[in-house]
Parts: sequence; C-alpha cells; structure tokens
Amino acid sequence: MEWLNTLLQGVLLGGLYAMFAVGLSLMFGIMRLVNIAHGDFIVLASYLALMVVNHLGFSPLASLLIVVPLMFCFGYLLQRLLLNRTLGTDILPPLLVTFGLSIIVQNVLLEFFSADSQKLSQGDLEVASVGIGNLSVGVMPLIVFGSALLIIGGLQLLFYKTSLGRAFRATSDDQHTARLMGVNNAHIFGLAMALAMAVVSIAGVFLAIRTSFDPTVGPARLLYGFEAVIIGGLGSLWGTLAGGVILGVAQTLGAKIDPGWQILAGHLVFLLILVVRPRGLFPRSVD
Amino acid sequence: MTDNNDNNLFGRNFSRRDFLRSTGLAAGGVALASMPFTFAIGSERVIKLGYVSPQTGPLAPFAAADNYIIESLKQVLKNSINVGGKAYRLEVIVKDSQSNPNRAAEVASELILSDQVDLMLVSSTPETTNPVSDQCEINEIPCISTVAPWQPWFFTRGGKPNQGFEWTYHFFWGLEDVIGAYSSMWGAMPSNKVVGGLFPNDGDGNAWGDQKLGFPPVLAQKGFQLVDPGRFQSLTDDFSAQIAAFKKADVEIVTGVVIPPDLSTFWTQARQQGFKPKAVSVGKALLFPTAVEALGKAGNNLSTEIWWSPTHPFSSSLTGASAGQLAQGFTQATGKQWTQPLGFVHALFELAVDILKRTEEVGDAHAVRDALLKTNLNTVVGPINWKGGPVKNVAKTPLVSGQWRLGNDSKYDLIVTSNATAPAIPLGGEMQAITY
Repeated sequence: MEWLNTLLQGVLLGGLYAMFAVGLSLMFGIMRLVNIAHGDFIVLASYLALMVVNHLGFSPLASLLIVVPLMFCFGYLLQRLLLNRTLGTDILPPLLVTFGLSIIVQNVLLEFFSADSQKLSQGDLEVASVGIGNLSVGVMPLIVFGSALLIIGGLQLLFYKTSLGRAFRATSDDQHTARLMGVNNAHIFGLAMALAMAVVSIAGVFLAIRTSFDPTVGPARLLYGFEAVIIGGLGSLWGTLAGGVILGVAQTLGAKIDPGWQILAGHLVFLLILVVRPRGLFPRSVD
Repeated sequence: MTDNNDNNLFGRNFSRRDFLRSTGLAAGGVALASMPFTFAIGSERVIKLGYVSPQTGPLAPFAAADNYIIESLKQVLKNSINVGGKAYRLEVIVKDSQSNPNRAAEVASELILSDQVDLMLVSSTPETTNPVSDQCEINEIPCISTVAPWQPWFFTRGGKPNQGFEWTYHFFWGLEDVIGAYSSMWGAMPSNKVVGGLFPNDGDGNAWGDQKLGFPPVLAQKGFQLVDPGRFQSLTDDFSAQIAAFKKADVEIVTGVVIPPDLSTFWTQARQQGFKPKAVSVGKALLFPTAVEALGKAGNNLSTEIWWSPTHPFSSSLTGASAGQLAQGFTQATGKQWTQPLGFVHALFELAVDILKRTEEVGDAHAVRDALLKTNLNTVVGPINWKGGPVKNVAKTPLVSGQWRLGNDSKYDLIVTSNATAPAIPLGGEMQAITY
C-alpha cells in the first residue's frame, strides 16, 4: 500500500512537470528555440496571478481567466518583437537572449514584489482530499493532473485537426518550404510562443497553489521541464506527459528509499534514458 | 604558513607588520607634535562605519529594516559622535551583498581598502557574516557581526575554541539554544513525544540533524523519539516519502530548518494526505510574518524560535526606546510589521556607537578593538559583553520560542509561549496544539 501511494503521488507530480515541459516542447519543436527563461516565466505568471488575486479578489483558479490571455499576448509580442530577431542558423543568440531575459525577469520581480515568499491560497480545496482505499489523495494534485491531460489533448487536436496546426507542423518540418507555401513564419512563431505562455501561466498558478514562490525559484523548475521533454522525446506532446510522469515517479520512488535520493533519482533516470534512447521514448521530429 | 603573523599580537610573536605600524605611528606622532597648527587646519577626521547586509536577492527580507534603523540613527546622532570630549563627523557607509558571499567579500574589501572604515558591521546569515568577517580578519579591522547562529560563524571559518579570532566578534545565539527552546516548548504540551525531523542537505540541516552536536542526542536525553527520514535537497516538489514515514511512526511533532517553499509544499501535502501533527516547530521558514501569511489560515499555531520581539524587556542604549517602542516606530514609519532582525540590527549600531565613543585613539584599529573587548552594554536585544561566551569572540543573546497566532485582521502575531531558556522574557500565551 505504501508503495502504491508513492507511485500515485509520483504520477500526480508528473502532471505538474509535464505542464512545465509542454511550453518548452512547443518552443523547441516549432522554432528550435531553447528558452532558458522558461522557469522565470512560470514565476512571472505566478506573480501576475497574485496581483489579480490581491487586487480583484479572484480565487487563484479564477485568476486564470485573466492571467492566461495576458500571458498569451505577452508571448506573442515577445516572439514578434524580440525572439524572432534572434532566430537563425546559429543556436547561440536565442540562448543568450533568453538567458538575459531570465536575469531581467528575476530582478524586475524583485524590484516590484521584494524577496518575500508568496503563495496563492485556494481555500479548502487546497487541502481537500479523497480517500481511495486507505490512500488519501489531494484533490488539487488530481485537478493538476487532469488539466495536464486536457491541455495536452487539446494541443494534440489543435496540431492534427486544424489548419493552424498544419501550419505549425509544416513550419516545424521545414521553415523555408512552409514560407513558399504562403505561411507567415513570424506570425506562426508568435502564435506558438503565445500558446506556450498560456500553458506556462496555468503551470505557474498550479505551482503557486502547491508551494510558495519568490522571484528566484524559477531556474530550478526549468531543469525538470527540460528533462521531461528529453525523456518523452522531442516534438511529442504525449511523450512529454510520459516524461513528466517518469520523472515524478522516479523522484518519489527515490525519496521512498532515502530522501537524499529524491532529486538525484530523477536525474539518473533522465541520464539512463539518454543513454538507452538518445532521442527520447517517443520522438517525432526527424532532426 | 603565511597567515600566522596576524595572531598573538601581544605575545612574543609581535609581527613585522605590527612593528612597522607602531613605529610608523610613533614617528607620525612626533612629526605632528612638532607642528600642531597644520594638523588643526587640515581636513577634519571623519569616523567611518562600514555596514554590509543582503539588501537584494533571496536574503533581502533580513535587511528590510536596515534603512529605517540607519535613518533613525542619523536623526539621533546628527551625524556626529563624541570621542574623548571632541566631536567627530560620523559617516555610515552601507553596502549591499546581493545575497552573494563573493559579493559580500568584495564590498567588505572595498570598505576596508578604499573607504578605510574604522569599524565594520555585518548582519544576516553566515553567507554574509562569514566572508565579511574573513576580510576584516585578514586586513586587521575590527568587525562585529550578528544574525547568524554562532557555530556556523565560528567553526565554518576555521575557528579554534582555545584560540579564537583577533579582529572579528559576533553576538547571537547558538544551536544549543534552539534545541533547548524547542524541547521545552514541546514538553509543555501533551503529546506522545515522537518528533519527525525535516533536515535538508545543507549547512543548517546537517548541523541540526547531526548525531553528536544536533537534535538527536538532546532529544533522546529528554525522552523524545526522533524520526529522521534522511537529508533531502532543498526546493523539493514532493514530501510524500517523509509524510508516509511520519504517519507510520505516529509522529505528533514536526521540526526542522527548511526554506519557505519547502515548508509550504510539505504543509500543503501533509494536510492533503491526512497527516495532522500537534506541533510544527521550524526554523528559517517561519521567521518572517510575510512567509506565515503566505500560508493563509494554515499558518496558525505553527511555532519557531524567537530571538527578539517587542515584548522583550530590554531597551535601546542609544534612544532609550523600549523594544516595543522600537517595533512601533518601525511600523509607523514603514507600514510594515516588525521582524526579528530589527532589534539585532539596531543593537549592532548601538554597539558601534558605544565602542567608538570609548575608543582611546581615533583612527587606531587596535584602540577600537580594545574598546570592543571592554564592551558591557545593555542593548535592545539584551546585555552584551564578550567575556562570558561559549568560545572567545562570541557573545550570546537569550533565545525563547513561540507560536504564530492569527489576529483579527488576518495578520499573524508571534507570541512567546515558552521561556524556560530565558525566564526574564515574559510569556505572551500558552502553547496550543494545532487544530484542524
């Protein structure tokens, strides 16, 4: 029973990691952009939600109604005005620019919100739990996992059932040919970043309900996102979910053996998969 | 060995550097005595205080009261200080460590070498106090540090109990006080005496969980049973393993020294997974009211150690204000709730002014250090002198423990609930079990 509990908690944690990773997966899959500032954008979204909660009196989950569109627009503008200019054959400029963004975001947050740690409180729902046998499972983690399933399912539909999705996939496969077919790459990239930021904002709010945050906690979240993407295989959304779950389960199982192994176990599984299947479990993109 | 010539100044090993300095001083003195008027016309001697604290970065909440204290110091002293019947201009030069030990060392050496401060002050966590103290020790400038338990300040810097340091002095409490304060707090509450430990794999966590010097031996002696699942990495996203271990061992008291995000993750998950301890006494994460407020209602009756509070029966030697008045003044000026570093940073400047006033020769680092050694001052954090400490260079201040209570305006107040370790400090209420 104890092991079952460990496994279940790991799977639920994986839902949160998958949500960190989906944004990264989109950015890398479509525009080959490695976003070092991803973790800081998650924290930025948490602070946006905090402002909405404090000033408009919304509950954290309701604040998503405002935070998601805001981050969507922010993502689009960021890509069109800044990141598009850094994309090219060289992978280094976007890396450097997002690294700079990471530092800027952290310090701007510090300037406006100070280093005090903050948390979003979802009232009774935050600690509500359901009993399964003699296991006690939090309702919030279930909601997080459910949202991850919905988001990934939704993105999957968008990618494979709509003309916008076709444009995304075409640009991902071959930018130059896609442009010849009348696809506006700059716009497509903007939309991809906007979508990624919308997912990031949901992840940010869930993170802020689960634990407290301050301007400097972002980079630690980036790593798990990366690992989930790599484990799952580049370009595969369901793979990203699998990657998140594998990472989450590895961590909880590691912690069950010894708490010192918790984070290490996650990294070890990541390395192991990198050795056995260098392109991840379910790779889709060819390059 | 190149660094041994700075020790034993008064012993037989009177170093070459000291020789040069004292002969230089004597020669300079002779020269000045022969032309007293040029001295009087020359630029006035300014006494400079250097102060390093983490004003930005993750440690910034520690320095939140700095500006207020330095401003009020300026109002009280009007930028001047009387030494030996003569008024000197006093200048306080404040530097930000940016919560980074390397940066702290850098600004300390700037203060020493280019600003030529007479006395160095530093506060808040070993990450700030240690590099600055080290710089002062090397450059032979007196330094007072605070707001870091004395063991990580003393032993981490390579201090040997029988030898100590020559230029750097510290005042605060130590690990033995936290252990005493926590265990007496738990003793006052009915429980099964099973304690769960959350000790991260960092300097604090390893010290608290140490089998010889930490919690385990003292708890065993006092009849508590400690369940320690092992060291974990800070910023962990999941505490299910610890929660399962605690539930299995029927833990009723949780303790540890964790960062705020880890405490909120643990506390949220504990309640989700049906783990309901009677007491949660944690260092670090529960220090600041904002961190407790962030927990919402779930912060009520969580407990922590208290180094200073407005109810401490001490008052400032500078302004005469009681601890309560100091806290009130801070709240009026800034609109913020008092925090524990407020008292200690104030006491740091109390000490500085007291020492400088008693200095026999302005501009001589040895004279400042000698005045420091003779200190016996009643400050807003209690009486301080460097004669009766656990090791040389360390003066201890009293430590008690208490609980955060939710007030009417959804603000939390920190209330002293156990004073067995320092009976002079009045109780604010009784220890209460956490209710669900």
